Amino acid sequence: MFGRLSLSAIPFDYHITMIAVGGSILLGLAILALITYYGKWTYLWKEWLTSVDHKKIGIMYIILALVMLLRGFSDAILMRSQQAIAAGTSQGFLTPDHFNQIFSAHGTIMIVFMAMPFLVGLMNIAVPQQIGARDVAFPFMNSLSLWLTAAGALLVMVSLGLGEFSKAGWSGYAPLTELKYSPGTGTDYWIWAFQIAGIGSLLTSINFLVTIIKMRAPGMSLMRMPIFVWTASATILLMLFAFPVLTAALAMLTLDRYLGMHFFTNSLGGNMMMYVNLFWMWGHPEVYIVILPAFGIFSEVVATFSGKRLFGYTSMVWATAAIMILSFVVWLHHFFTMGASPDVNVFFGITTMMIAVPTGVKVFNWLFTMYRGRIRFTSPMYWTVGFIVTFVIGGMAGVLLASPPADYVLHNSLFLIAHFHNMLIPGALFGFFAGYTYWFPKAIGFRLNEEWGKRAFWCWIIGFYLAFMPLYVLGFMGMPRRMDHYANTAWHPLLLVAASGAGVILLGIFSQMVQLFVSIRERNTARDLTGDPWDGRTLEWATSSPPAVYNFARIPVVHDIDAFADMKEKGIVHQRPDRYHDIRMPKNTAKGFVIGALTFLFGFAMIWYIWWLAIVAAVGILITVIARAADDDTEYTIPAAEVEQIESRRYRETASTASSHLSGGENTPEPLPQV
Amino acid sequence: MKRHRCYFLVGLSSLWVIAFLGGCSRIPLLDPKGPVGDSERFLIIAAFVLMLIVVIPVFIMAFWFARKYRASNHETDYAPKWSRSFKLELTIWLVPIAIVTALGILGAIETYHLDPYKPIANGHKPVAIEAVSLDWKWLFIYPDRNIATVNQLVFPAKVPLSFRITSDTVMTSFFIPRLGSQIYAMAGMETRLHLMAAEPGTYEGQNQQFSGKGYSDMFFKAIAVSPKEFEAWVQKARQSPDRLDLAQFEKLRKPSLGCPVTYFSSVRPELFDRIIDKYAKTRDGNSNAMIKKFGSAQIKAAASEGN
Repeated sequence: MFGRLSLSAIPFDYHITMIAVGGSILLGLAILALITYYGKWTYLWKEWLTSVDHKKIGIMYIILALVMLLRGFSDAILMRSQQAIAAGTSQGFLTPDHFNQIFSAHGTIMIVFMAMPFLVGLMNIAVPQQIGARDVAFPFMNSLSLWLTAAGALLVMVSLGLGEFSKAGWSGYAPLTELKYSPGTGTDYWIWAFQIAGIGSLLTSINFLVTIIKMRAPGMSLMRMPIFVWTASATILLMLFAFPVLTAALAMLTLDRYLGMHFFTNSLGGNMMMYVNLFWMWGHPEVYIVILPAFGIFSEVVATFSGKRLFGYTSMVWATAAIMILSFVVWLHHFFTMGASPDVNVFFGITTMMIAVPTGVKVFNWLFTMYRGRIRFTSPMYWTVGFIVTFVIGGMAGVLLASPPADYVLHNSLFLIAHFHNMLIPGALFGFFAGYTYWFPKAIGFRLNEEWGKRAFWCWIIGFYLAFMPLYVLGFMGMPRRMDHYANTAWHPLLLVAASGAGVILLGIFSQMVQLFVSIRERNTARDLTGDPWDGRTLEWATSSPPAVYNFARIPVVHDIDAFADMKEKGIVHQRPDRYHDIRMPKNTAKGFVIGALTFLFGFAMIWYIWWLAIVAAVGILITVIARAADDDTEYTIPAAEVEQIESRRYRETASTASSHLSGGENTPEPLPQV
Repeated sequence: MKRHRCYFLVGLSSLWVIAFLGGCSRIPLLDPKGPVGDSERFLIIAAFVLMLIVVIPVFIMAFWFARKYRASNHETDYAPKWSRSFKLELTIWLVPIAIVTALGILGAIETYHLDPYKPIANGHKPVAIEAVSLDWKWLFIYPDRNIATVNQLVFPAKVPLSFRITSDTVMTSFFIPRLGSQIYAMAGMETRLHLMAAEPGTYEGQNQQFSGKGYSDMFFKAIAVSPKEFEAWVQKARQSPDRLDLAQFEKLRKPSLGCPVTYFSSVRPELFDRIIDKYAKTRDGNSNAMIKKFGSAQIKAAASEGN
């Protein structure tokens, strides 16, 4: 009846886990109780869970990312504490089995359930508005992508209290992940969570590719697209080509584990290096999937707050394209040490180093955007400057690792860990934080508190240096990654420093929580009634904050790269159209949520070998998909009169704020809270 | 704000300076004890210095531009429309290209030079060692001496070492940081590695690829001794009562933690090839290579294991 599932699946002897599970359940119950108390269930269901509005989907993606950031960071704190304690003869407070689950979960969560939802969320909020569109090409599919990602994330969370998570690392190298070496449910949780979220990402990529190609406002040629749209396009193309490889690799591993096949086993014709190749054919582009949108955000932020056009737009576009293409021909640098011939290693070493060229060009472009600008140091700008300075250090480490002989000694050491965290924290995460702060007023309607934002920045960057610079040195001291304990006490002092860094980052996360709380409490003083709180340059600032469901009452016409800056200069921003037209918008639907829920059940049933439930869930998914396909009544009309009403209210609100650029014609920066 | 950042830079650079100068002898990769490690250190330092040509200007510009062009400084030449300059763009493409070209050439030359499969020629006949990674310990077979050890590698200094490496479990990576290059150990496959110690000493050896529960204990001592001491050590190992036959190997390959250093006075001939070949069998348990080597009776006995 319940397959492998029984009461013994609950890890009662892992006290830390049980506290986490208890805490999560209590928090969940508290949230449910609050929703019930305030009678918000209908609101939640009608306005959010069933919504196909790209802005709301974007917000839900980011909420998911922030929740998973907390989980992933808890794992990081545990690892840093364990390594700070488990020196010499000490075994620390975590068993090897527990420690191995923690680092596997940390990697999986941070990449698949934190970085991916964060960037897809920001893309959802910004891309349609930046190209002057009313929604994405396939709004229902967008909702489906969200709920598939959430289903995967929920599987990871459930593994905490039922069974175990993978003990084989986030990259899940075979044959360690084969049934013989990992018989438990952990690897299956990892496979299904990864697989389901991966399918969600693939759908997102198709959706946004069509959106960007087909739905740009008139006049927005490719070479007039905002840089964030360009980097999003590159990311989407990478997702489109890379994710099927991951899907196939995981499917083959699934067949090995469930049907006794031998794709990646040691014997009977299996080849574990095939898995490693396939994994990194997805895994390396994935790094750029995560980082390119952040590059786009930095580009938007640096231009806006320097009050200046982005330097070298064309260079930037070509650099993005070069990174995109090169990222597909470098995967082998993840295993230079497998014993390939020097010809092979040289090829992949040189392609890897070549990526440094377009990346370097980007760094200089950002710097020359600041040059002769008038820089307002808001917190998004803090994240950007902090990123530029820190990122080049990680870049140096990366080029070093690209040289095969250097990799022969640094591979799989803490140097490698320091390197890719140096890419992903200042590179991707700081970018997401900058984007979060930058687009928060657009999505929600009021600005985030700057003071706490800057405190968060300082904690994050100081914590980052404390946590990861010692790891570079430890790599040179020969310390491998993923050690649950170590006899070599020479490593201990630097690991203590690294642990203190994690503590400082914790303060940063705490500051961000306070920032959110304070900003909500003081929302009335920080409201953005103009729709353009930062004196922005691209079209998303032409809508109100938060935008009406249709974004643009009249689709704008684009004449320049910085379309909105151009409109402000010509003084046509506040020109009202002669008349409004009816607008067709997609209807909300519960089917995306239902398919997500059924997919979660399907994954859960497969993990625990509850075959009947898997069949029921699969049939349920099929029926829901058919029902959706048969539904022809998926849109509704907002009458012109209602549009006019909404727009008139907006113009009244905007007029009530004595905004400097209302008069138009002059590009004066709006006054900002000075800190 | 600026002052804070200066502190960072000072802290950061001093960390590097300490790392590179102060504690070199405590940092194995910066104080290698063999020619392979020496070349790798040279490459790392050369590449690092080359990259500073780009990185230092970036640091300077980031702080200088951020300070000079801040909004509160009204004495600057604000140019909101200035967004392109052919010369500047050409420079920012060409400088990284030049440096990457130099690094690429350097890296390529060193990759051929440091190919782990390339024997080290110094006039001595290399010592052959067959390393097998097991759950969670290392087995070292000396085929020319017909002895074997667990979790201890003893070898003469100034004599090249020629490793054949495989795994009888999941993938691992064989690495002695002070000597240089690591290489993967994979079941059913053989990888090669050539190292040499320039001076006697006891060096840390390890598995550099996560391999499950006992991974953190997969360390061993790599002891470089004089040729005379090495011969004496071989004689000592030959006194061991333990012999590494198939039955003993089956016991040894069972997963275990904290396996003590063990010597075997004799080793079943071609044990290393047998460990590789058993994974080559097809579903009915036969492979041509195995039949040639061991005959079909023994293969059947081994057919129950695998995967």
